[in-house]
Amino acid sequence: MTQSVVVQVGQCGNQIGCCFWDLALREHAAVNQKGIYDEAISSFFRNVDTRVVGDGGSISKGKICSLKARAVLIDMEEGVVNEILQGPLRDVFDTKQLITDISGSGNNWAVGHKVFGSLYQDQILEKLRKSAEHCDCLQCFFIIHSMGGGTGSGLGTFLLKVLEDEFPEVYRFVTSIYPSGEDDVITSPYNSMLAMKELNEHADCVLPIDNQSLFDIISKIDLMVNSGKLGTTVKPNSLVTSSSGTLKKRHKKPFDAMNNIVANLLLNLTSSARFEGSLNMDLNEISMNLVPFPQLHYLVSSLTPLYTLTDVNIPPRRLDQMFSDAFSKDHQLLQADPKHSLYLACALMVRGNVQISDLRRNIERLKPSLQFVSWNQEGWKTSLCSVPPVGHSHSLLALANNTCVKPTFMELKERFMRLYKKKAHLHHYLQVEGVEKSCFTEAVSSLSALIQEYDQLDTTKNMPNLELRKYISRFSAVSLTYTRCNPQHLPFK
Amino acid sequence: MSIVTVQLGQCGNQIGFEVFDALLSDSHSSQGLCSKRENEAYQASCKERFFSEEENGVPIARAVLVDMEPKVINQTLSKAAQSGQWKYGQHACFCQKQGSGNNWAYGYSVHGPRHEESIMSLIRKEVEKCDSFSGFFIIMSMAGGTGSGLGAFVTQNLQDQYPNSLKMNHIIWPYGTGEVIVQNYNSILTLSHLYRSSDALLVHENDAVHKICAKLMNIKQISFSDINQVLAHQLGSVFQPTYSAESSFHYRRNPLGIDWHVRPPLSGLPPLGKMSLNKDLHFNTSVANLVILRGKDVQSADVEGFKDPALYTSWLKPVNAFNVWKTQRAFSKYEKSAVLVSNSQFLVKPLDTIVGKAWNMFASKAYIHQYTKFGIEEEDFLDSFTSLEQVVASYCNL
Repeated sequence: MTQSVVVQVGQCGNQIGCCFWDLALREHAAVNQKGIYDEAISSFFRNVDTRVVGDGGSISKGKICSLKARAVLIDMEEGVVNEILQGPLRDVFDTKQLITDISGSGNNWAVGHKVFGSLYQDQILEKLRKSAEHCDCLQCFFIIHSMGGGTGSGLGTFLLKVLEDEFPEVYRFVTSIYPSGEDDVITSPYNSMLAMKELNEHADCVLPIDNQSLFDIISKIDLMVNSGKLGTTVKPNSLVTSSSGTLKKRHKKPFDAMNNIVANLLLNLTSSARFEGSLNMDLNEISMNLVPFPQLHYLVSSLTPLYTLTDVNIPPRRLDQMFSDAFSKDHQLLQADPKHSLYLACALMVRGNVQISDLRRNIERLKPSLQFVSWNQEGWKTSLCSVPPVGHSHSLLALANNTCVKPTFMELKERFMRLYKKKAHLHHYLQVEGVEKSCFTEAVSSLSALIQEYDQLDTTKNMPNLELRKYISRFSAVSLTYTRCNPQHLPFK
Repeated sequence: MSIVTVQLGQCGNQIGFEVFDALLSDSHSSQGLCSKRENEAYQASCKERFFSEEENGVPIARAVLVDMEPKVINQTLSKAAQSGQWKYGQHACFCQKQGSGNNWAYGYSVHGPRHEESIMSLIRKEVEKCDSFSGFFIIMSMAGGTGSGLGAFVTQNLQDQYPNSLKMNHIIWPYGTGEVIVQNYNSILTLSHLYRSSDALLVHENDAVHKICAKLMNIKQISFSDINQVLAHQLGSVFQPTYSAESSFHYRRNPLGIDWHVRPPLSGLPPLGKMSLNKDLHFNTSVANLVILRGKDVQSADVEGFKDPALYTSWLKPVNAFNVWKTQRAFSKYEKSAVLVSNSQFLVKPLDTIVGKAWNMFASKAYIHQYTKFGIEEEDFLDSFTSLEQVVASYCNL
């Protein structure tokens, strides 16, 4: 089995990361009753004998001694990381895995990317190498960050280039929080645009998530809870609210609950790789199946159920309902409309007591309402993991490579152009060494090219195969001299 | 005459377990109407073909388990051991840490050469344990990365190192709709390569077996376990010994005797109380058919329907193309059972469908970068298309 390393960058990245480690520990605690350090746990945790000083403490088998997260925590301010180190998870992290500074990036991508990038490049490399050395077979880096700020956005994407150069064989999965429309960081369009170029060029797979969707999901759950519908109540110590165990009242920005959703996403994404099932799906299969062309690696995720039963006393829903939910906008982690756009590929990762016939029945049921690109009409990748998430009998994570991400990117570009035309706040960026106007123009062309790719795919919607072939030959340099025999000549019934 | 089974990838290993289980439990089940002596010979032959004996008497499957990641093999080994009736050899597995990622190119070009030595050496050890070695039974799926890519590589190696032994590949044809998005690419690459190195391809379509579970067996929530058990049941009824005139319970080489590569698709029947024949054959011209009858009244069974020249291509006389094997020993407690192994146009449509879909995808260049990354170029795809088109054409011309 393989291991993965989580690199959490910036305030948002670290807060989500912290939720992730909390949930991961709980999940493994629930599954691993005997306290034996097994391969499933080792995918995210090291087993360390804390009595041993220095590096020699790793234990590969036997009873669990002390679990250490395979993580690198990076932040250019100390607040969040310090909070983590003083919180209930402090023993899960190694102080050797942290890189912090005091001044912060000032919500400036250039400071995060260029200034802190060069300042901390060696340290970053060293920590990453160390974490890789602790792995038997490192398969994947999970990078968690936000796009709108300075550290997560700038330093987080600087990391990507480092990872690509240093560990070219290891997959780079990026979970990126995109700013919502009413983001209070004025420069977030600049930061996001500049970060997008890096994601386009150096990430294997990106899971874009926006705060607005997460907020909507939490609001709906809150609404259900507060309205007392169906006798739902939030239990204390729930995974929806914070791990401090107290019932949280409705907040303006209930970040903890939102972060937990993203953390759940990552857990479900990796469940079939960690646990057994009748149809396994490893992490390398995600990009193999869902990325038909290297640039088109943005996947819209939707998760169901979104709360755990330990949080909310909701009567369990029918299995088929779960599949319908996954294709409803309410369960998406990005504001987008996949049903009215074109699917390039779709993955369904199911956990729990679900069998192949259930999967097939639901695919047949949902297929007619979804449009798939002509060369991938049956573009479904499926996996069945026997181990359900904590508190549920089954769950479903759907990952869609769909042209519906185009509006998100177009909006990003528009917000950027509004600021850029006025040259507002531009000097903050240009005064950083190594940053010129060309950085901006290059970023814009990179994003424009990406939008164009999605555009061209969209025009193929409802196009019959014949025309499609002519259109496709524009893409390919190889002239296909091969022709197929006419299938109508087959004599059988 | 012993058979060494090579189980490749998740599918291969999951099925392999069910096959050995089915074989052994049939071997232990009641003998029906045949004599005690016949039954003992049957049991001994089955054991010798598929199992070797250990000191404490627990039969060890003559199998090599190969997978590029450990989860499935671990499960398979423990399930076998749990049964208490049989087990896998302790050192019969080859496992790595990271899977093939559903990438045929990775399985064939990276894992294959990298692990060639180890895998072939495991196989060799198993072959050496056989007093009289007959051939290989290789179980693999076409849709994934290990079974398909590494499977093709291993079969090629077996062809080189054991050119005189039978190599029969058991291929799992994926569901038409989505298990793996690149399954059509993986399938055409597998089939075109296997055509050059395998002697026989025994095909099971997931869709067909699924229908059997749903319609004939009325299973409500069908799991892969159910599917694999049906598969194993069919395979068991083909592989268990049958009485032959020349010598008792002799496992025959491919009786078809035709030199060019033939593919006998297995359109097995679920064993019923009565004998039933596969009437669909009237629509698909056959190259060869084999009927295996087990249980009561086998000697008086009427198989004349299978000798109808209309079933066969014009250049074959039914007497050359049709065989029937019989044994009075009942299979798996069924009073009567029948199996049909057929090499016919049965699989032309599915094959053509897969080639068509793969071509469609190839024309748009989707996913090709994932293959060229590991050394499988566009020419390799084109070669595969060409060779499979020829297969389709050959069958169409029957």
